[in-house]
Amino acid sequence: MENGNVIRLRGVGTSFGAHVVHRDLDLEVRRGEILALVGGSGSGKSTLLREIILLQRPDRGSVEVLGQDVWALDEAQARDVRRRCGVMFQRGGLFGSLTVRENIGLPLREHTRLSDALIDEIAEFKLALTGLEADAADKYPSELSGGMLKRAALARALALDPELLFLDEPTAGLDPASAEGVDQLVLQMRDMFGLTVVVITHDLDLLWDIADRVAVLGDKRVLAVDSMETLVNSAIPQVHEYFEGARGVAARGRRNVSSRGANLNGNGGAVRAGGVEEAWKPR
Amino acid sequence: MAGWTKQPAATIAQTDPGVFALGGDWTVYGLDRVEHELGVMLSRGHPGGAIVDGSMVVALDSAGGRVVQKLLQKLRQGGAEPQLRGWKPVFARLIELGATATVHPASPKAHRSALESIGRGVMEGGAQLYAGASFTGEVMLALLRGLSHPASLRLRPILYNIQNAGTAALPIVGLLAFMLGIVVAYQGADQLQRYGANIFIVDLVGLSMAREFAPLITAIIVAGRSGSAYAAQIGAMKTSEEIDAMRTLGIAPIEMLVLPKFIALIVALPLLTVFADVLGVAGGMLMASTRLGVSFADFIDRLGGAVSVSSYLVGVGKAPVFAAIIALTGCFQGFRAEGGADSVGRQTTRSVVQSIFLVIVADALFSVLFSVLHL
Repeated sequence: MENGNVIRLRGVGTSFGAHVVHRDLDLEVRRGEILALVGGSGSGKSTLLREIILLQRPDRGSVEVLGQDVWALDEAQARDVRRRCGVMFQRGGLFGSLTVRENIGLPLREHTRLSDALIDEIAEFKLALTGLEADAADKYPSELSGGMLKRAALARALALDPELLFLDEPTAGLDPASAEGVDQLVLQMRDMFGLTVVVITHDLDLLWDIADRVAVLGDKRVLAVDSMETLVNSAIPQVHEYFEGARGVAARGRRNVSSRGANLNGNGGAVRAGGVEEAWKPR
Repeated sequence: MAGWTKQPAATIAQTDPGVFALGGDWTVYGLDRVEHELGVMLSRGHPGGAIVDGSMVVALDSAGGRVVQKLLQKLRQGGAEPQLRGWKPVFARLIELGATATVHPASPKAHRSALESIGRGVMEGGAQLYAGASFTGEVMLALLRGLSHPASLRLRPILYNIQNAGTAALPIVGLLAFMLGIVVAYQGADQLQRYGANIFIVDLVGLSMAREFAPLITAIIVAGRSGSAYAAQIGAMKTSEEIDAMRTLGIAPIEMLVLPKFIALIVALPLLTVFADVLGVAGGMLMASTRLGVSFADFIDRLGGAVSVSSYLVGVGKAPVFAAIIALTGCFQGFRAEGGADSVGRQTTRSVVQSIFLVIVADALFSVLFSVLHL
């Protein structure tokens, strides 16, 4: 499993009533990669994500996460898989009645036997890692700005040091600088912890800058999975259409002029060059 | 695989005076085993060179890296020159990461004295009273504007609200009033029978129902049914920025959301009260015929004389006031919601408690007023 696929979907089919979302869909995610899921609105990206993170059962097919068929697990096994996955929801999904510190500490309080003092310490550490000011810890989610909310949500997703990180539109609704910050943060986390990251996005900058591979959803299945360089020259009409829109070209052009990552975060490239040659935590 | 079942544990041992040998799982699942030990070891103080050996560490996560970093910092504070030994490169990077982020300690929660708490409570209460009064004034102004230009009133939502708060509440109001009539008649029956004054059950049931019980029970049911719904609806709209959207579209939320509810309830509650009067008396009548042998004919015959028109109107006349209290309290508390789902729930509860409280206070004031007026 060390270098294999951490997620494997086989023949997944989903439909809501008469509306078919997926038909015979296959997808594989390799350990340690950042895989982006793209596709037009209604192509079933979010549904696919929900099926991987055990929120929605597909009508047919199998979903394997970390080597286990997740829809055949009992409660305890499913909890174990869930604990090894971190999820950052589109609107954060932070609990409104808890402060940011309590939100991040919640998974630790639920799943470990650590003392409150140490949990608070770890929560603040995760906050600092995601680049939030310490005074954000005592705020409630409703008092945070959009970018801070995303960072706090990411901190909570990372609370248990998951092996798999799922991000639903991490940069949607953020200004370019904040979006860039989140991009680099994800990249940094991956390189540091050897995370496998699955990210749903429409953000072409994110696709160019941090995605190792991009899976294009369309026509109720995965049309293609490849690097951006290959995909933009793809012969598949829908894929070509998706990327060769004006916005796609613009993002690529911008990238050729200057990589915003290198400008804003000096060590962005260096961290990546270091890479993760070995799993940081033997299992 | 992560060994949840085999209970991962971190270990720490002091092999030499200057050497800390770490081992096992230094992760969030194993760290609890060493928290205490670590504290004890560090409190002893370690002068001279300290070596932190990680050759036996099996797993380390960012939390573990942080804890090791804290250990190094503590040793340094004690005047030692701690060194890392035998750590895998990835682990060493995580320990390094533990130092990169500087975290300020949480600001201790401000402790309030009893006097300060009382003062704050009074200020908050006063502010809420003021806000409530302003809100009432705003609604009244909007109502006056609406009444002077009746065409501007939104008829459809008013009718919808009448149906929702009035017609839909008929079964529950009717059932409860009927049962209340039975209870009142049952309680009075014994006493009246003792004096052979059976027929006065009509006065007892008729007056108590018409003057007090019907308006009150109806108002309480409606406060629980509709007042809470108003607070929850407006509260949810407030938190999802729908109210703000309404304002930017040039629609006054009070006219759109509050006025239809207010008018609808003022129409519906008196009607519901009349319905409750009828069902309550029917319940009393049933009890009177079974327990006291007062026939339905005798009962109805006496009812006209026992319950004067003014008594009846006193009861029904309270209903619009109760309706105003319920609608205003529900909407006002809804508008005070801010933040998330939590706050909506709190405001909804508050709206029900406050409107029932205020309804009963108003009822008591009415009793004083009517006794002065000899009604």
